Amino acid sequence: MTDDWRYRLREHKATLLAFAAFVVMFTIYAANHPAGLNANVATTAANKGVLLAIVAMAQTLVVLTAGIDLSVGMVLVLANCLASAIVVGSPLMTALGVLGVLATGALCGAINGLIVIYGRLQPIVTTIATGAMFYGAALALRRVPGGDVNSGLADALTGQLPGGVPASLALLLGLVLIIWLPFRRSAIGRAAYAVGSSEVAAYMSGVPIRRAKFLAYLLSGLLASVAGLFVTFITYSGEASAANGSTYTLYSIAAVVLGGVSLFGGSGSAVGAIFGALMFRTIGDLLFVFNLEPLWQPLFQGLVLFAAICLGSARLLRVRNRLDLYA
Amino acid sequence: MPEAGVAGVAPGGVWGAVRRHIDPPIASAFGCIVVLLLLGSLYSSSFLSPEYLLQQLKVASFLGVIATGMMIVILLGQIDLSVPWVVAVGGMMATAATGWGAWGGVLAIPVGIACGVGLGLASGCCVAFLRIPSMIVTLAVNAVAQGLMVVHTGGFSPQDASSPAMRFIATGDSLFGIPNALLVWAVVGGAAVFLLGRTTFGRCVYAIGNRERAAYLSGARARLVVMTAFAISGGLSAFGGVLLAGYASKAAQAMGDPYLLPAIAAVVLGGTSILGGRGSYLGTVAGVILITLLQSILSVMQIEEFGRHMIYGGVIIVMLLLYGRERSMR
Repeated sequence: MTDDWRYRLREHKATLLAFAAFVVMFTIYAANHPAGLNANVATTAANKGVLLAIVAMAQTLVVLTAGIDLSVGMVLVLANCLASAIVVGSPLMTALGVLGVLATGALCGAINGLIVIYGRLQPIVTTIATGAMFYGAALALRRVPGGDVNSGLADALTGQLPGGVPASLALLLGLVLIIWLPFRRSAIGRAAYAVGSSEVAAYMSGVPIRRAKFLAYLLSGLLASVAGLFVTFITYSGEASAANGSTYTLYSIAAVVLGGVSLFGGSGSAVGAIFGALMFRTIGDLLFVFNLEPLWQPLFQGLVLFAAICLGSARLLRVRNRLDLYA
Repeated sequence: MPEAGVAGVAPGGVWGAVRRHIDPPIASAFGCIVVLLLLGSLYSSSFLSPEYLLQQLKVASFLGVIATGMMIVILLGQIDLSVPWVVAVGGMMATAATGWGAWGGVLAIPVGIACGVGLGLASGCCVAFLRIPSMIVTLAVNAVAQGLMVVHTGGFSPQDASSPAMRFIATGDSLFGIPNALLVWAVVGGAAVFLLGRTTFGRCVYAIGNRERAAYLSGARARLVVMTAFAISGGLSAFGGVLLAGYASKAAQAMGDPYLLPAIAAVVLGGTSILGGRGSYLGTVAGVILITLLQSILSVMQIEEFGRHMIYGGVIIVMLLLYGRERSMR
């Protein structure tokens, strides 16, 4: 037990680094914000950050199994369009609507999972194609932007808790406690990590490969639909926008990489990805604080992303045998 | 190999020989093209007219040029997700170069392609030397390209018109009414067939796609080949953008967005393994024509946009399930 902490530190190094980077950036942001850090500034920042953080969690679950989900953005758009139609009316209707949206998201994830597991197609091609289908479904629901949402619920979740804490942060914490921690600590969650490290070895060891992968895709779809719900709560409407979908997919991958989750699978944590997402959002907001031309924002974000992934290749400096590069 | 094969008479007769030379995925892709055309001709007899078919081949040429680059990268076992904005960079820089005065018309096409090659080289360097997964690198390059173009154009679609040469190769017809775009695709395709089948570079691409370690140990200049492949892919994407800008006589912000999924789908439907190392250019040709016909027929049948997306995604999944599956683990 004495050397235990060293092992644990190494295991969580990526997550801690992401956390530290986020704290530094957010401090710079808050210190330079013209209005200072008051509850409203924090709530707005938190809402945007939490939205991306949920999508990043969804992406993490699939990436851990060495897969990739390029349909998360489209599931989000679909959930957004569906929510703008059915999460309305009396509390009972609203609750049923929320359940319907979550079930749809889980169904989308399940479809991805089934095709990848039993169809034996590559996740990248599968999710690009299913993404097109999900987008089609979203478009069928909302040909023009519009719709409505139960404003009581929306305001409660995008507002502040007593004491000025953003409610969205509580939602994020709840998701981590209800979905991520049980997954991480269960046998099937460990199986997902094993599949990501080496699918053949996992298979030889009798790990339930299929169940682990299926659960990862299912939960990914579910989380993406939670994010879609949250978009609806922020915008009070639904919009079938392919550009939004692709942007969220791209940003989710960026957040996952910034959060220290390996795209090769088997290492990293959703908590890291959450801080990666918050960090990525703060980068965008920093430009605003420093009065940079808004036109330069996409380029700046792209360059930061580019620099961040290049930093990830610092591990090459430790490679002793050049053959290891081609593993 | 049995004796009969050596003697020049294939076992199982002529049909056996034919069957062994036909790749099942390519045959199914061509079969699907025939089925689509027959279905279309049931709907309207003009589907089998030469004008319609030539028009489809012309539209297919743009996708064909882009898919050629994508195929080379996929053969390596990598992927190029930077297509959307590299296409836009190609179109926008070419139209911008047109406005550079007397030399503009001449420089437009080379400038557009050179910008794409530059972006491709950036991705290629990161993949080859920094060993970053191509998926994330090309996404980042896509984001950077988008950022550059937003700064360049001020966030609006540029007003520059395309040069006469661009319009000529994209919309003109030459002898026998064959569209120039189709000839361009034929040249690009011919070059790709030569490059992949007859040169050291092509052999290396297949070898790296099968097992990069083994290729490296056999003395292949793996990193150089990977970098070159990405540069080719970037250049061809940008060239596709140049053609598209010539076709529409101007460039637009999201002009490349509808080409990423079709390019990957065309390559994969044509029987190229997404894991790399296997695939032939003929299959990609079949995939490109198949995707173009599918899109055309869905729009001719006046199916609403949402239905087109769903059918399109569904058809890709079903076709891949028919012949694109990987081997089972046991």
